[in-house]
Amino acid sequence: MATKYEAVIGLEVHAQMLTRSKIFCGCSTSFGSQPNSQTCPVCLGMPGVLPVLNKKVVEFAMKTALATHCTIGPLNQFARKNYFYPDLPKGYQISQFELPLAERGRIEIEVNGEGKKIRITRIHLEEDAGKNIHEGIEDASYVDLNRTGVPLMEIVSEPDIRSSEEAAAYLKKLRNILVYLEVCDGNLEEGSFRCDANVSIRPAGQAAFGTRTELKNINSFRFVQKAIDFEIKRQEQVLEEGGRIIQETRLWDTQKQVTVPMRSKESAHDYRYFPEPDLVPVKISSEWIEEIRKTLPELPEAKKERFVLEYDIPPYDASVLTQSKKIANFFEACVSLYHQPKAISNWIMGDLLNEEEIPLSPEQLTGMIELIDKGVISGKIAKTVFEEMLKTKKDARAIVEEKGLLQISDDESILSLIDRVMKESPENVEQYRKGKEKLFGFFVGQVMKVSGGKANPVKLNELLFKKLKTPS
Amino acid sequence: MTMKLYQLTIHQAHQLLRKKEITSLELVKSVFERIDQTEPKISAYNELRKEAALKESEQFDRKIKEGKFKSPLTGIPLGLKDNICSAGVRTTCSSKILGDFIPPYDATVVKKLKESETIFVGKTNMDEFAMGSSTENSAFKKTRNPWDLERIPGGSSGGSAAAVAADECLGALGSDTGGSIRQPAALCGVVGLKPTYGLVSRFGLVAFASSLDQIGPLAKDVTDAALLLNEISGHDPMDSTSSLRPSEDYLKALRPEVKGLKIGIPKEYLIKGIDPEIEKSVMSAVNLWKGLGAEVVEISLPHTPYAVATYYILATAEASSNLERYDGVRFGYRSSEVKNLNDLYEKSRAEGFGPEVKRRIMLGTYALSSGYYDAYYKKAQQVRTLFIKDFTDAFKKVDAIVTPTTPTPAFRLGEKVQDPLQMYLSDIFTISANLAGIPAISVPCGLSSTGLPIGIQIMGRYFGESTLLNLAYAYEQASGFHNQKPNL
Repeated sequence: MATKYEAVIGLEVHAQMLTRSKIFCGCSTSFGSQPNSQTCPVCLGMPGVLPVLNKKVVEFAMKTALATHCTIGPLNQFARKNYFYPDLPKGYQISQFELPLAERGRIEIEVNGEGKKIRITRIHLEEDAGKNIHEGIEDASYVDLNRTGVPLMEIVSEPDIRSSEEAAAYLKKLRNILVYLEVCDGNLEEGSFRCDANVSIRPAGQAAFGTRTELKNINSFRFVQKAIDFEIKRQEQVLEEGGRIIQETRLWDTQKQVTVPMRSKESAHDYRYFPEPDLVPVKISSEWIEEIRKTLPELPEAKKERFVLEYDIPPYDASVLTQSKKIANFFEACVSLYHQPKAISNWIMGDLLNEEEIPLSPEQLTGMIELIDKGVISGKIAKTVFEEMLKTKKDARAIVEEKGLLQISDDESILSLIDRVMKESPENVEQYRKGKEKLFGFFVGQVMKVSGGKANPVKLNELLFKKLKTPS
Repeated sequence: MTMKLYQLTIHQAHQLLRKKEITSLELVKSVFERIDQTEPKISAYNELRKEAALKESEQFDRKIKEGKFKSPLTGIPLGLKDNICSAGVRTTCSSKILGDFIPPYDATVVKKLKESETIFVGKTNMDEFAMGSSTENSAFKKTRNPWDLERIPGGSSGGSAAAVAADECLGALGSDTGGSIRQPAALCGVVGLKPTYGLVSRFGLVAFASSLDQIGPLAKDVTDAALLLNEISGHDPMDSTSSLRPSEDYLKALRPEVKGLKIGIPKEYLIKGIDPEIEKSVMSAVNLWKGLGAEVVEISLPHTPYAVATYYILATAEASSNLERYDGVRFGYRSSEVKNLNDLYEKSRAEGFGPEVKRRIMLGTYALSSGYYDAYYKKAQQVRTLFIKDFTDAFKKVDAIVTPTTPTPAFRLGEKVQDPLQMYLSDIFTISANLAGIPAISVPCGLSSTGLPIGIQIMGRYFGESTLLNLAYAYEQASGFHNQKPNL
């Protein structure tokens, strides 16, 4: 390829907020109910009804704005975004346009050990639309309006992102913040955290941006990276072949792993935004902002620093443990029961990170680590105990006793095992005594084997060394 | 000639109910007898609810017998404009697209009036979606002016105004976006009040232009208007634009003295094309107030010439969006000739809306379009702030501003149908109050030489309804024009 290109990426995230009721009426926001059961005249857009703003929605967005270092405007205003679609019963979506809730923030990400700031352009509030249902129906489409009016935050980044890795890191970080704040459950598959990506490329070193395309329908972190990578390659190819990028909306096709253009008819909208006359502008005083600031929980960044200082664990561990609030809380619960932070961190990072729900209690995990530390079981046996704990939900000690996994630590038992092994391999004993000292490992392994892994390794080493050095 | 019960005002009827000289049932029966006689000529109602009304009156009579009155409106039969939602009763906006729409909820004003134990006679005819000044834009029927059946009753609350003027109810509610209460009140010789924006809840009023719409009373006299306003005003948590001010008792404003009040006459309102008889009537009304001790000064509202243009940009822009929900998907009319989604939208709306509504949707859509927004909608919003300033400045000098309500008395049916611009100009004096959000009232101010009613408009400060009612009441008591009745 003749020219080297640089990608320029901006992300728009739509996050469903975890308020109990919808943004403009009292209907429930819960997921998975009977179609159209969570509706009222207001979210159905019936004639004459009026929206009333749910204050919680504003507070959730204010939390997000503060956590991402945005400036919250003293006055924000709703606007109508007008378009016709069956899942939009009023024919317009109530959103924000000229005066969003917050602007000019940032999120810090880390890719390949390097830190980078991604600026946030704005955070605004809007209502979600319903869902059209086509599957399994002939000659008709149905509309489910349960989702209509569920509160959304749209979080728009500046085009500061330069690779799909950075994009994924930004999304993970943002999602983590929202989950920490308990304002969004961050579920990509269920659509409560949705992402659109604006992607363009330019020759490296050029200041002006290229023409961008907007990617939609990317509902997992993996797809975000794949879709962006595909789109960058596609655009490079177009330019290399002397073509021109068309500004358009493209959909990620999960099956074929390609982006395809949306029909232009669907994307060519004039939304005719204008201020929503049914809602008064929202005034946000500095007192209100301070009140919200006080309710902010410890955020991942701060938690990570505290873990390093307070528990003396490596920054890498701290950063992994604070990826999720659930894991971080679990870690701290364990440490408070049994103060061995590094051992606890090792077990969590090794075996618990990929679990949806943490499958054991802090008491169980620390109970087991305590058994190792006291020499009751070996590290190797602990693996078995751990697996068994997940399966049976029993405590480590109970498993150890039931399965006879107690470590063999008394000299007599270990010596008899050593004797057995030495008798079985007289040639090796002879060779060792002639100076082939690396056979020591062989004997350790054999004794461990016959002990069923239960021999206390420290004791074993000590006794084995003595025994081998002492000619019979 | 003995007085018929249907001729009573609300306050007269209330006194007779209190004295047990009449019953609510007799009153409601009398009104329906009147309707039987005059409705074939007037066509004020889209829907009547005779049986329900009679039943309700009997229920209230049982309480009245024990001397229990929930309000001065207990047992009083009223008309309701057909764009105000009433649970279980068709609410059509006089549009084919809502021809079968039965809302499952009450508008807040309806809820309040039900709690006040009033009785709804029926839903009154109007211009489709309140767009018009003659009620000729109704998809269902043409309402006639009780004073001259060849003439229009005004609009868009023409059904409510005609029903009150023809004694087909004791009072009625209308809605006013650019004059839709005051203009028909003037043309039918009744009192019509557009309250301050935010004084009366809009919840359940089918929206035309949300930032301008306001529900208000049409009544036989000023006292009845105050009684109705007492019942319907007040904060509503269901309407974010509703005012938080504590309620007032508007009956206290009904005083004959006006000494010390300052009335302003805007020089910009005495325009060319204004009917000389109207100008004369208004000037004699002003002299009457002067005689009662009010001070009269000339004032200036310099941006008045831009009112109609500003209004037709803002009102149509909001309307184009408000009417998007009539898409044939979930409620309202759906075309039967539908092959795909675009058909569903295009045909349902093409068949469901009348020509004036379509015209305004197109105007409003254009004004909001990208590339035109700044030149039209945004500019109009800026001009709107100048109107507000005009009035704020004026009300530093005067307590009320007086103008004619309309430039001419009622015109003939069909006279302006082909000329929308002429039709729009009939709202020229009323539009400014909506743009500024201030209250305004129209009261009868005599008859033209051809025997048609003339109305005078009084505009006041934000939430200055009491001042308006004071001036209107003093004028009414001194002039006696509210006692003039059409011959039907």
